[in-house]
Amino acid sequence: MKKTPLNQVHRELGARMVDFGGWDMPVQYSGVIEEHLAVRQAAGLFDVSHMGEVEVRGANALAFIQHLTINDAAKLVDGQVQYSAICYPAGGVVDDVTLYRFNASHFLFCVNASNIEKDFAWMQQALRESALADVTLTNRSVEFAQIALQGPKSVVILSALTDVQLGELTYYHFCEGTVAGVPMIISRTGYTGEDGFELYLPAASAVAVWQNLLAAGAPHGLLPIGLGARDTLRLEKGYALYGHELSREISPLEGGLAWITKLDKDDFIGKAALVAQKAAGVPRRRVGLIMEERGIPREGYSLFAGDREVGVVTSGTMSPTLKLGIALALVEPGAAGLDSELDVAVRNRRMRARVVRPPFVQ
Amino acid sequence: MEFPEELKYTEEHEWVMVEEDLAVVGITDFAQDALGDVVFVELPEVGTVIEAGKAFGVVESVKAVSDIYAPVSGTVEEINDDLVEAPEIINTSPYEDGWMIKIRMADAADADDLMDAEAYQALIAEES
Repeated sequence: MKKTPLNQVHRELGARMVDFGGWDMPVQYSGVIEEHLAVRQAAGLFDVSHMGEVEVRGANALAFIQHLTINDAAKLVDGQVQYSAICYPAGGVVDDVTLYRFNASHFLFCVNASNIEKDFAWMQQALRESALADVTLTNRSVEFAQIALQGPKSVVILSALTDVQLGELTYYHFCEGTVAGVPMIISRTGYTGEDGFELYLPAASAVAVWQNLLAAGAPHGLLPIGLGARDTLRLEKGYALYGHELSREISPLEGGLAWITKLDKDDFIGKAALVAQKAAGVPRRRVGLIMEERGIPREGYSLFAGDREVGVVTSGTMSPTLKLGIALALVEPGAAGLDSELDVAVRNRRMRARVVRPPFVQ
Repeated sequence: MEFPEELKYTEEHEWVMVEEDLAVVGITDFAQDALGDVVFVELPEVGTVIEAGKAFGVVESVKAVSDIYAPVSGTVEEINDDLVEAPEIINTSPYEDGWMIKIRMADAADADDLMDAEAYQALIAEES
């Protein structure tokens, strides 16, 4: 199994480890609910070193990225981050990514851990087929560790370890600076819906930076956070997870990413299929569901409007904040209306749920 | 982790306390720890006839859904209603406040085949 540079640290912290797409990762330390609430109320520290990083350099870097991705990368300025996705020609999703612009000839993609090899091969193929000259792709995933510091206390914790003026670093922007003496990329982004940072740093410095952050954060209630709470935190905010709301079989228009699908942009991979899908009417829509009965919707549970099956749950959990079952689901457009009531098939029973627009938690 | 001597145990990590022909059933400390935070419990109605080895209920943590299996056959005499509102009791008190159901056993000898604390601890030592 693949290990991040922090593997031993997790074991020493007493984490329960699981196989997450081939990676030996902490699923929880003190408990999913306690960790979840720590991030909402104070701060949490996540090892996300399994995530991949692919660098794009060269005079045609921007032109290539515009061809590769569905969002409009031309809107980015130096030091800005953009949420985007890469599609197949048929419109399904290769991966959802964040894109960092250093300058017009230097970008970095952050990609999902389980998709690193697939994405990099796809990018190389797309580059060959584009016939664009002077673009270099480098998979730097092994060099980078990644630590996320998330929660309302993130700024006060990080500012104790850096000279970077964090107040000037706005949401979805990044800079290069040092934390605990280690040079790194400091990005004001995250996957929890809270204020916070994602730090991209040399793998060899991961343990030292992690220990410094944990020590600086402890007086503020910082806890180490496993993948269990990472999932409940993103779900409460309605964020998509590749393999659930997005996949080769689910287009960005279906999966809730219409807001980053720039169909008025010049040609990009998947554009024709997505334009056609929009014109014909998107066959499924991603919605949020809140349970109106006691019960927890889970991935794969069927949804019914009366006797008719109208969709399926793609991610579901008990919301630690709301103490209610919540889910993201793909449903027929006719069943996707806000406040519609649908039945979730929970084992041998039907339980009532209401269609809402995420986030579930403000 | 605790495994009281006076209880009997199953391979699926339920415990049973036998009082004449009544069996009180819950899940073990090992089971609650493996599940993590319990957030939902589904129990049968009083009067339901249940069969040893068959699932009679469900316990859900934040991440996972697990069946609970009947250690003995019989009729559900009482269920622990407190678990509906506060399923986390199973984490904090698996052997006492976290009991799940009481079964009026069809045959009190059913429980004789279950593991004692020592055998159960040997089983989980093997599993973990």
